[in-house]
Amino acid sequence: MIGGFILVIVCIYIIRLFGLQVMDSRYKEVADSNAFMRKTLYPSRGMIRDRNDKLVVYNQPAYDVMMIPKNVQAFDTIDFCRTLGITRQQFDRRLADMKDRRMNPGYSAYTPQRFITHISAQDYGRLQEKLYRFPGFFIQQRILRQYDRPAGGNILGNIREVSQKEIDNDEYYAPGDYCGDLGVEKSYEEYLRGQKGVEILIRDAYGRIKGKYENGIHDIAPVSGRDLKLSIDIDLQAYGEKLMTNKIGAIVAIEPSTGEILAMVSSPTYDPRLLVGRERGKHYNELVADFYKPLFDRALKGAYPPGSTFKPSQGLILRQEDIITLSTPYPCYHGFISGGLKVGCHGHASPITLKPALQTSCNAFFCWGLKSMLDSHRSKYGSTAEAFEVWKKHLVSLGYGYKLGVDLPGEGRGFIPNAQFYNKIYGEGRWSANTIISIAIGQGEILATPLQIANLCATIANRGWFITPHIVKEIQDTVLPEGLTDKRIPTIDKQHFMDVAEGMRMAVLGGTCRLANLKDVAVAGKTGTAQNPHGKDHSAFIGFAPYDDPKIAICVYVENAGFGATYGVPIGSLMMEKYLNDSIAPERQYLEQRMFESNTIISSGVKKH
Amino acid sequence: MESRNTNTTSLLLGIDWPTVVLYTLLVLCGVVSIYAASYDFDNASIFSFDEFSGKQLRWIGLAFVAGAMILLIDFRIYEAYAYPIYAVVILLLIVTIFIAPDIKGSRSWLVLGPMSLQPAEFGKFATALALAKLFSSYNFSLNARASNYLKALLIIFLPICLILAQKETGSALAYLALFFVLYREGMSGLVLTAALATVVFFVTTVKYTESMVLGIPSGEAAVFIMIEGGFVAMLAAYCKLQIVARNVLAWFVGTGLIVWLLALCGIEIPGLVYFLSAMGVAIIYILLQALRVPPRKILVTAGAAVLAIGFLFSVNKVFNDVLQPHQQQRIKVSLGIEEDLRGAGYNVNQSKIAIGSGGVFGKGFLNGTQTKLKYVPEQHTDFIFCTIGEEEGFIGSAIVLILFLTLILRIISIAERQPTTFGRVYAYCVASYLIFHLTINVGMVIGLCPVIGIPLPFFSYGGSSLWGFTFLLFILLRIDASRREHLSY
Repeated sequence: MIGGFILVIVCIYIIRLFGLQVMDSRYKEVADSNAFMRKTLYPSRGMIRDRNDKLVVYNQPAYDVMMIPKNVQAFDTIDFCRTLGITRQQFDRRLADMKDRRMNPGYSAYTPQRFITHISAQDYGRLQEKLYRFPGFFIQQRILRQYDRPAGGNILGNIREVSQKEIDNDEYYAPGDYCGDLGVEKSYEEYLRGQKGVEILIRDAYGRIKGKYENGIHDIAPVSGRDLKLSIDIDLQAYGEKLMTNKIGAIVAIEPSTGEILAMVSSPTYDPRLLVGRERGKHYNELVADFYKPLFDRALKGAYPPGSTFKPSQGLILRQEDIITLSTPYPCYHGFISGGLKVGCHGHASPITLKPALQTSCNAFFCWGLKSMLDSHRSKYGSTAEAFEVWKKHLVSLGYGYKLGVDLPGEGRGFIPNAQFYNKIYGEGRWSANTIISIAIGQGEILATPLQIANLCATIANRGWFITPHIVKEIQDTVLPEGLTDKRIPTIDKQHFMDVAEGMRMAVLGGTCRLANLKDVAVAGKTGTAQNPHGKDHSAFIGFAPYDDPKIAICVYVENAGFGATYGVPIGSLMMEKYLNDSIAPERQYLEQRMFESNTIISSGVKKH
Repeated sequence: MESRNTNTTSLLLGIDWPTVVLYTLLVLCGVVSIYAASYDFDNASIFSFDEFSGKQLRWIGLAFVAGAMILLIDFRIYEAYAYPIYAVVILLLIVTIFIAPDIKGSRSWLVLGPMSLQPAEFGKFATALALAKLFSSYNFSLNARASNYLKALLIIFLPICLILAQKETGSALAYLALFFVLYREGMSGLVLTAALATVVFFVTTVKYTESMVLGIPSGEAAVFIMIEGGFVAMLAAYCKLQIVARNVLAWFVGTGLIVWLLALCGIEIPGLVYFLSAMGVAIIYILLQALRVPPRKILVTAGAAVLAIGFLFSVNKVFNDVLQPHQQQRIKVSLGIEEDLRGAGYNVNQSKIAIGSGGVFGKGFLNGTQTKLKYVPEQHTDFIFCTIGEEEGFIGSAIVLILFLTLILRIISIAERQPTTFGRVYAYCVASYLIFHLTINVGMVIGLCPVIGIPLPFFSYGGSSLWGFTFLLFILLRIDASRREHLSY
């Protein structure tokens, strides 16, 4: 009986052991998560240099105080606070914030939680020494971005903690990781971030690390991110930002032969260093709330009426379609007058042919040209609408209307209407050239980004081809992504580009952009003055130099600043001069000074909301 | 000289060698487990060897010496001096209460220079000797007189009370194992059955309070049905009144079915009312039977039913009002009602993780992470079984359990071949202690029993426990070795 009793008991126990040990695999996992601490080893993020190998973005170590709430045992809070230089109230609040799932959705008592971010190296040293007294806490070394100078914030971007959505979409990320936000940091994230490593440590019941698991043979070393070499000339970039002080607008400078972007200024801009470290969130919110939207990259996303900078493209299309010859004259009696419609112009000889029309920026010439194509030559295409589609196709081949494919996030596409668009507004067959004549001079529905305008200029500088503008010149140990180095050839013959370029050269020598004329460099250019419903006209300029072997093509766009010649031309020519000559000629330094000091924001005529 | 030689030879021949081999195996497995449990990934093995397993090896060496000396002493000494030995140990237990230092809230350790001894462990063999002596006294029969029960209970409960006073609840409870011996020596099986029923009723009532059946918690309803079943069983098996039992069974089943059918139709008769009236009618019915047949057993049966019902009604009240919150907590955790991984449930949970993670073949000697990294508290003492479970897996832990089972069955068979009452009672005492310790210790480690701090015999670190069990076992071997001398009287 007693023997039977113990026999039954032992049988029950063996069945129970079988259940625990053989049938249930859960315990194995729990034991592993107890004993093994998988510590992520963060790779150092790739550094960013400019085209002249000047270091622009580099890494700075930062230290986060982490805690695993489950492992925290009673400790001397006063000592802890004193070591970190925080008050007891701050400590309590931080703890409450961390546990608040609304503020910290990833909270779990079993995983490492970020208790305090970015403590100083001194605090780090002090805490490291005492860490054994605070079980459950440890220090995670992280990497902060640091910037050599306050320039290029819009291009460079910055890094921030990943969102829950990014964690869900990309298995690389874990909560608390950093990823690129805006600019190159975002578009080249996969190159810059490198590969995380992992170190498997053995942890005892008190949370003490007892060393590496099997001497680290299962560890994976992190792989550093790749360094980037930008096509940007950071000095030119900074210079451009300085010229744009107190102005709203953008500058895009491209090396025509390579499509490399030399400078891309969006004004007002911001110091990228504001978005580093503990204060990032606060500064970010301030920038978002700023009335002038410094985080909005106007060069890349701004959609502006190109104004007269559009005229070279019109000349190209009219010539390609044989609507005009180089000697076709159009009349201009202070404007284009047709069927009760008048588009004003300014004083110059009349009638006028293509090159002088570019030189003097004659509105009437291009209006007549478009009218001729859409109305008079309608039969050639079948209808006005079909003629318009041909016109549009040429513009698209010049890079308008669609994204160019630059290697930066958030590029805008501008707007080039198609026939259907007008059919919808006016009804099919119920519109003609006169209805939409303002598009001939880059007004009306036409919108383009400064990047697209600069790219047109680069295409003219190349006399008929371009390479997709891009911001990264080289990636360490690998090649550029596909499509950034291919030659793209528009649907317009080279000869017409040479003619248009000549017209632009004439504009500098004796037309609207005489201010851009440099003593020792042959410059070609075209002004633009774009009407807009907000206030004063936008002041725009495109130009390239040297005329015969272009090294730089540029677009300047200053919102609500007046004539193209007033701000666009000086800023554009100063940029070209600075880039080509490295310095500004003494007789032009007054111009530079004027640009530095002028403020177009207060005189813009734009009503603040 | 010659007779001495024959004595020694007959002694060697008479020793039950299988028991010695089992003992040696268990003790050696024990020291290896202690070595594994206290082994530190960081520190050199020599160091940790010095720590626990080294000390335990010394204890084992001394235990073998002591074992050998026990075997050399004439077996009659144990019987002759059983009461004096008991008296000395009782005295020691009393002294301990007053002079023992407070170690983790318990005053059970006598510190003698570098050694600490726990008299409670030595009380085991002394109590066993005293009990055996009592039963072997001339013409002693447990059921002959109530005073005999009193004497036996006095021998058992005196050390229990003293050890409780030392706040060593676990060790004190181990003496309850001696009730097995009383059962073997004639105590009614009703007592053990009642004890078992008490535990089952208690667990069922406390555990299943969530869902309701006919307005009463399902746990209580289940106990009602068990009481009805037990009642019928007692009538049939104990009172030998088959027809009465059948009638009562028909009554319970019939009324139960009616109540159930009514409930299905939406007419709910309160469960309490139904049960009490059904039971009441049944009790009155059997009391009427008492007019016909000898009433004693019928009265006992009726009394048992009333007691069971009374117990049932007091369980929740006692549990909620009498027990301290931390005691309630422990019971709830061990019954799986609450999971408290930070507090009372931590040890058990970590120990289950350790054992569960061992798998079929274990992680290998010295490769257990749970035990090496100190996730299981008390892993070299009360929770030593974890180490075996984690490192040697299902195979290893099953082998250990089977070794214990073999040893216990062997001791029971030794008990049954004893020519004297003294030898038999003593042997059953040894078996009972082992059964109790094995059941409770392994049960708590695998999460089937509440955590009661008692060691696993021969395995757990500690000299007192090892010596206590060695004394128990070797005195038995000595008595058994001389069983033929008794025959030759």
